[in-house]
Amino acid sequence: MKIAVTSQGPDLNSPVDPRFGRCQYFIIIDTDTMEYEAISNPALNATGGAGVQAAQLVVSKGVRAVLTGEVGPNAEYALSSAGVQIIRGVSGTVLDAVNFFKTQATGTVPPGIQGPGGFGGGMGPGGGFGPGGGKGMGFGGRRRGKGRGFGGGRGRGAGRGKGWF
Amino acid sequence: MIEFAIVSGKGGTGKTTLTASFAVLAENKVIADCDVDAPDLHLLLKPEIKQKSEFHGMKRAYISKDECIECGICRDKCRFDAISEDYVVDPISCEGCEVCSYACPVKAIEMRDTVSGYWFVSDTPYGPMVHGILEIGEENSGKLVTVIRKQALFVAQKQNVNYLIVDGPPGTGCPVNSTLSGLKYTVIVTEPTQSGLHDLERIVNLAHHFNVRPFVVINKYDINEEVSLRIKKRLDEIRANFLGSIPFDRTVNAALKMGKPVVEFAPESEASLAVKEIWERFKKSVLS
Amino acid sequence: MKIAVASGKGGTGKTTIATSFVFALRSTYDVVYADLDVEEPDGHIFINPHIKKEELITTLVPRVVEEKCTYCGICQKVCAFNAIFVFKNTRKISVLDELCKGCGNCMYNCPESAIYEIPRAIGVLRYGERDDIEFYEGRLNIGEIMTTTAISYVKEKIDKHIEGDTVVVFDSPPGTSCPMVESVKDADFVILVTEPTPFGLFDLKMAHGVIKKLQKPYGIIVNKYESGFKEMEEFFDRENIPVLLKIPFERSIAEGYSRGITLSLQDNSWNEKFKELFYRIKEQIQ
Repeated sequence: MKIAVTSQGPDLNSPVDPRFGRCQYFIIIDTDTMEYEAISNPALNATGGAGVQAAQLVVSKGVRAVLTGEVGPNAEYALSSAGVQIIRGVSGTVLDAVNFFKTQATGTVPPGIQGPGGFGGGMGPGGGFGPGGGKGMGFGGRRRGKGRGFGGGRGRGAGRGKGWF
Repeated sequence: MIEFAIVSGKGGTGKTTLTASFAVLAENKVIADCDVDAPDLHLLLKPEIKQKSEFHGMKRAYISKDECIECGICRDKCRFDAISEDYVVDPISCEGCEVCSYACPVKAIEMRDTVSGYWFVSDTPYGPMVHGILEIGEENSGKLVTVIRKQALFVAQKQNVNYLIVDGPPGTGCPVNSTLSGLKYTVIVTEPTQSGLHDLERIVNLAHHFNVRPFVVINKYDINEEVSLRIKKRLDEIRANFLGSIPFDRTVNAALKMGKPVVEFAPESEASLAVKEIWERFKKSVLS
Repeated sequence: MKIAVASGKGGTGKTTIATSFVFALRSTYDVVYADLDVEEPDGHIFINPHIKKEELITTLVPRVVEEKCTYCGICQKVCAFNAIFVFKNTRKISVLDELCKGCGNCMYNCPESAIYEIPRAIGVLRYGERDDIEFYEGRLNIGEIMTTTAISYVKEKIDKHIEGDTVVVFDSPPGTSCPMVESVKDADFVILVTEPTPFGLFDLKMAHGVIKKLQKPYGIIVNKYESGFKEMEEFFDRENIPVLLKIPFERSIAEGYSRGITLSLQDNSWNEKFKELFYRIKEQIQ
């Protein structure tokens, strides 16, 4: 599965960048093969709507989840419209973030379980992480917590919630 | 590290004067001047520029005279009256929308980066300072503010300082948004004038929108003690904390003219004593 | 005749001066006070107008006819402001109104002609009167970026309603970026307000640069004046800058201001000084 991590540098040892729209780099990584691509964020040049531009970029790369510190309202609107899961409160290095994401995604996602916001599917019990993890059934589409039903919603769900670092 | 901004709903309330004094009083800090339209802090802190960088704001349309066939399509389509009769783009009116560039049948128009301003990393007697300036007639979208904040954070983290003090722009527009977003605290400087309370409410609202805790300082409180009292009473209702008042003191002006922060120029003056108390109170509130 | 009152720095006293002017001239001329500081208009505090009309200041925003939309994403690609996003996989297209500058590029380039435009309010224009002074005020809604559009709107409205010999005083926004330039560019004369401090001088230099670039006749009013700031006097000499008036730094003036009483109403001698200043300006332009 392809995910994006906002990063301060161009490799897996770089620290996670806490902002989405104005981060330095996006690390687009395939969690199965661990192949990755570092993209210098073009939205840094934008006078406005950086979050929207960043969202279009990551979606065009086939990303299904974004791991970052915080996203603004425009980016959130865009990403959720595209069906991309947003995982907030992420810190440490990019590699730390990816590894933790992977360990959470135990079990395989049964094929066909997608649906709107179904990308939490890979999460397993207690799924979702970061604030508002929600007690997801691991299939994301369940709206626990006050999130948008992506399993990684924004609410204060009782899942593994409170950040994972 | 405590990062906070000093803002005001309206210009001229004494924001920069207060920031300069905080820069003297705070131990171990980095200073960021995000008032890029009319930066003033450097006049009191005397930065020595160590690094200067170009800032590219908005791209602007540029028409190649050689290729232009003067068909007039670009002039018709431009909604900002930015293209003259002899097919020259006015950089001040151009909004960078690219309509002309897409519409030109002979591809004679391209969008070019312009140097919209500069930002600097400097040394001052009070600590490192990051600041910038926009060229005249440029759009103040907040993009340069974001650049300055990022640089200042970078310097602050490298030097492991206690405080990152941000001098914000006046008003409630985009550059103020860029100043406040992501912060935990802000100090708002207001004056007891008729528009003062109204402008204060606007900026407090904005602070709440970004989840930034607002602290309020009333400057020159004694030019209208009645309004000052009214402001104080209102603070609870608008969920803002009262940090303190500074009296109208001619020493402040004298210090300004000498190009020095007032707490350094006249540490025992009424205004300086008030500012010192305000700083102590702020420290207590945020460090507890 | 159009006079713009501007300054590099905020808080120097533009509004005091602009409002003092209109109060001083109202018995001799048809005067219009225009508050173009659309982000923080406060002229109304001193004029205290009886408001007769309010209308919305609007800009155009695009909307999509989804039945025609193929989610090709061209509109998103051509938008320079990231104000529209398109996701083909989820068939979602949305406009972010507050980022949109109303340029029409998305609509012009949509291959399916699926985009149309509707007006959207970005602020309010108020019109009123007080004591023979006509009052116009533009107020931009919080969060909006189209400051220059709002300023233009107010100016156009005024142009439609005035006669040749009306005196219009533009109370401009502070600073030297787009909004200030928009406010002064149609003026016959620009008054730059400053104060004798290093802050005032630095910002004055920037504002002065703009005025010279625009080649406007101008003059300076020094507010909160105290003697002794040599650098400013030297700058005036060096650049041959016409100093029109010096208003002393007096606590009583600040107190009057805090009560919403503009200078020419605090004291009749100031009323006379502003009248006299206007005659000098009029002569200079003609």
